[in-house]
Amino acid sequence: MSMEFLLASAIGTLTAAGVYMTLRARTFPVIIGLALLSYAVNLFLFAMGRLVVDKPPIIHPLATTYTDPLPQALVLTAIVISFGMTALIVVLALRSFLETGSDNVAMREMNEGANIESRGGEASR
Amino acid sequence: MSHWIVAPTLLPALTAAYLILFARNDIFHQRIVSIAATLMLVLLTFGLYQLAGDGESRAYLLGNWPAPFGIVQVLDRLSAMMLLLTACLAFIVVVYAIHGWDRRGRYFHALFQFQLLGINGAFLTGDFFNLFVFFEVMLIASYGLMLHGGGPRRLKAGFQYVTINLIGSTLFLFAVGIIYSVTGTLNMADLAVKAGQVAAGDIALLRTGALLLFMVFAIKAALVPLHWWLPTTYAAASAPVAALFAIMTKVGAYSVLRMYGLVFGTDAGPLALVAAPWVIPAAIVTLAIGAIGVLASRTLLDLVCFAVVASMGTLLIAVGLFDQVGVAAALYYLLHSTLAGAALFLLVDLIAVRRGRARDRLNAAPPFPRDSVYGGLFFLAAIAMVGLPPLSGFLGKLLILDATRETAHAGLIWTIVLGSSFIMLVGFARAGSVLFWKSAAQPPQEQEDEPKRRALPTMAAGALVAGMILLSVFAAPVSRAVTETAQQALDTRAYVEAVLGTIKTARATGL
Repeated sequence: MSMEFLLASAIGTLTAAGVYMTLRARTFPVIIGLALLSYAVNLFLFAMGRLVVDKPPIIHPLATTYTDPLPQALVLTAIVISFGMTALIVVLALRSFLETGSDNVAMREMNEGANIESRGGEASR
Repeated sequence: MSHWIVAPTLLPALTAAYLILFARNDIFHQRIVSIAATLMLVLLTFGLYQLAGDGESRAYLLGNWPAPFGIVQVLDRLSAMMLLLTACLAFIVVVYAIHGWDRRGRYFHALFQFQLLGINGAFLTGDFFNLFVFFEVMLIASYGLMLHGGGPRRLKAGFQYVTINLIGSTLFLFAVGIIYSVTGTLNMADLAVKAGQVAAGDIALLRTGALLLFMVFAIKAALVPLHWWLPTTYAAASAPVAALFAIMTKVGAYSVLRMYGLVFGTDAGPLALVAAPWVIPAAIVTLAIGAIGVLASRTLLDLVCFAVVASMGTLLIAVGLFDQVGVAAALYYLLHSTLAGAALFLLVDLIAVRRGRARDRLNAAPPFPRDSVYGGLFFLAAIAMVGLPPLSGFLGKLLILDATRETAHAGLIWTIVLGSSFIMLVGFARAGSVLFWKSAAQPPQEQEDEPKRRALPTMAAGALVAGMILLSVFAAPVSRAVTETAQQALDTRAYVEAVLGTIKTARATGL
């Protein structure tokens, strides 16, 4: 019982904190928020196979019951993807800060009608 | 079991790897390989379309693991049609891109092939965790492509685009987790069987999972209120990338159709058509907001972006009917709106480059050489997008209006579809007359050194417009084909038999 409560409240806290942080207006808190959300979802996926203690995930001659191996495989995939994504968005935020001089997420200061840069697409060969 | 089914995912994957490993520094080498691979993909998907034409769903077991345990790819008429559309669009876009855009960064062609890998995989897969993986492949490549060319505006818009999609991916995983915990399966066909037999106490949980998943697809399909990322992203992306992204919103629409028309279809017991009450209202608001955005835009690119939002609204109104007539109309409109959106994105780029400093702002500027060609192409693409006769947009909207005639909200849907078409007509007419007629009255540009321009990019945009004309001329055979496709796409039983029945066949043949 206590383990279920601990896990459920951990997922809940992480999600709440993640949602709060993603709603901030600066890039760094948003990235932290996304990371917290990805931790929450990893724990959540893991718990979806039900919590079983001390049981093997693969077939073993002495085992009588097993833990579900599939959620663990899903979590591995999700971790790899979210790790790569976090790296990407950190670099992106850094480049964006260096080029615009602001770490604000909004695009307010961007000038109107400058959608296509002045040098043009197929003109610049 | 035809091994060709896996080829549309293998070919771009191998091409992309080859481009990175062996052609990194040689742009001509990259171009030749990329064009050849995309052309091969067109031929390949045409072959698969022919194969799927007999109306049988074919499952391909990856690694020959039996169906609910291993990953399957499923080829039926719907996926074959989407693959063929993607390949044709990609070929035109890559031809457009080799005239300058692909030099702005080193990995354009590799990212482009990875993007095709993700899109093709999403259309083929029969497993919804695998769908998540292909969505991610598609998105990772799209982040790279969206940022292609660099610049502060792209970086800002790119950050927003990546953030919203990461949140979408998180929601996708939550949804997958909930659905797996209730049904114990990730296979779409197996889920279709188990969704009907779920215990009474678990119905609410499964419904939550299914609707969370719908939210993810709604982000992809730019349904209101989850559509705000689209105009910013598409306006900031380079023209060939925006044109390719025209198919990405359709991946969202396709997933809605697959999951909620087929998996949670009419046979799914208490969860039958679980998303249906949400699709049509959201789609109606999407259409209205898109049309208002078209009228309010101050640049041509924003105008096209909102026209794409409006077209997604129209498309999902038809998808939301989840019956054969509605889905057939949706598929015809899907073919049309992909071509129309892509054609307009390419034309905006062509026009903006030629207008010099005025770019794509909707104000009068000195005329540019041969503006009648671009005016003509823009005129054709605009009447197709708005839905005026005689082009395919008109036929598509006609089919959709006809399909909704018997439904409960027919009055509302007709009012919004016709009213928004009128608003978009005003928006496009105003933009076209400012760009081409008022500009003609301006004194001509001082003779600068007009850069020598080649005809191929214009021909690429022309090919998309020609595609819409063909779609209108051959409307009868196309509409027969989409009707058959819709019938198969909603036939849960045949799909389940095709996927899960392969266990028996595999054992019988001793494989």
